[in-house]
Amino acid sequence: MKKTKIYAVIGGMILAGFSVFMIAADHIDAPAVAGTTTDIADFYAFEGDGANNTVFIATLQGPLTPGTVTDNATFDEDVLVEFNIDNTGDFVEDLVIQVIRRGDSMYFFGPAAPTQTGLSSTIETFGGQNEVRISTSTDVFTETSDNGMRFFAGPRRDYFYFDFNRFNEIVSGTAAPDGFFPAGTAEDFFEDLNVLSIVVEVPNALLGTAPPHVANGIGGVTGLPNAYNVWVSAKRKQ
Amino acid sequence: MKTYKFRILILAVCASFLFVQCSNEDENGNVINQETCDDGIQNGDETDVDCGGSTCEPCAVGIDFSGTYVQEDVMGRPAVNTVFSGSDLVKNDFNTAFVVSDRASFQPTFETTLEAYHDVYAIALGIPVDDLNYETNILGLDAPTFTTVLAQFDALQVAPSGQTTYFDPTTGIALTGRTLGDDVIDISLTLMFGGTTGTRFDGADNDGDGTPDTPQLTSDGVGPGDRDFSLPFPYMETPNQE
Repeated sequence: MKKTKIYAVIGGMILAGFSVFMIAADHIDAPAVAGTTTDIADFYAFEGDGANNTVFIATLQGPLTPGTVTDNATFDEDVLVEFNIDNTGDFVEDLVIQVIRRGDSMYFFGPAAPTQTGLSSTIETFGGQNEVRISTSTDVFTETSDNGMRFFAGPRRDYFYFDFNRFNEIVSGTAAPDGFFPAGTAEDFFEDLNVLSIVVEVPNALLGTAPPHVANGIGGVTGLPNAYNVWVSAKRKQ
Repeated sequence: MKTYKFRILILAVCASFLFVQCSNEDENGNVINQETCDDGIQNGDETDVDCGGSTCEPCAVGIDFSGTYVQEDVMGRPAVNTVFSGSDLVKNDFNTAFVVSDRASFQPTFETTLEAYHDVYAIALGIPVDDLNYETNILGLDAPTFTTVLAQFDALQVAPSGQTTYFDPTTGIALTGRTLGDDVIDISLTLMFGGTTGTRFDGADNDGDGTPDTPQLTSDGVGPGDRDFSLPFPYMETPNQE
């Protein structure tokens, strides 16, 4: 057998058990959620156009091919998307922003202290309620609340970029001994794809004070600014 | 009955309700303490007709937000579960484990996976697997520390002040957020394969013989393309069309 074939076989054996569907971020996630309405594709958190605002973006059910598949994708009314904010540094959520669809609108609650933390949640209906009509591929709806929050929900172009096909070849061993392709030859699997997106912008005053950065003191890391610890979860109604 | 007469009838009935002035005062202005939660009147400290306040049931808001919701998927930093969990079973468990408290048990699996990736390339390069291992990365994290951070503290950090980015090579700022344009793949690959300088396994041809000295593992060769990062809220482009 040629050398490359031997490497491919050995590489494949070592990586046996790694799903072919592995892909970075959480795009095409674990089998139990892949393709379901709780499937989180990506999570972004960054400073908004207003310098004292933070934007949270959660994308779900990606990737979506353009046209019918995108137009037919809908948020599941039984799925609660929850942005979790830890502002004390203990990795337990101090505030949540909860998002759920009812009919043609997306409802937003919070930021509010959750009644219960962890894997199980109820909707904090007393935590401040806002709504925005769910956008389509052609019509964009946004809302702004009295306390300066902004809301959007609907399909958007997928902003994740990655040579997914080459990654699978590497992981399965068939690409050995080569790695990724150079720029120009590599291909972005997500270039023409879409994803359902929830975008909420929040004045930082509503998030509390940020704790010391968790990475300071780990390994060679120092000097990082105070930062919230945030994550997004998708929860299904029982 | 013709339609317009029916409408007039309905309007008349509705209008008559508007003129019902029920009060809990008698004709002398004395308060009658007869408010109840089923008298068809908003009285006492009710917040709406026959509901709310200190004595009646809470008012229905018209939309049902009741119920308990249980986690099926979760995400903090990009590229963690999928790249490091290895098996489907582990990935499912990772998604349903609570951040920090339940996730310490994933660290050994993550470390094994990190080494397994290096083993594949050891074989490909004809080097004994024991001789090609993960090398402490540019953040100074050794394998146990790196995989502990990934497994157990899988939250994204976002700073309220200053630049927010996963890593910006032009400013050197890192781990203060994640923007739509951050190349989280290259950043993650560099932390996994780049060694202390970030250039190990970068696919460069340093000896000038016309072929890469190592496989290119620190970058997937893909950038953001023509995605627009200058948009106002909601910051993301209209969906791709057919």
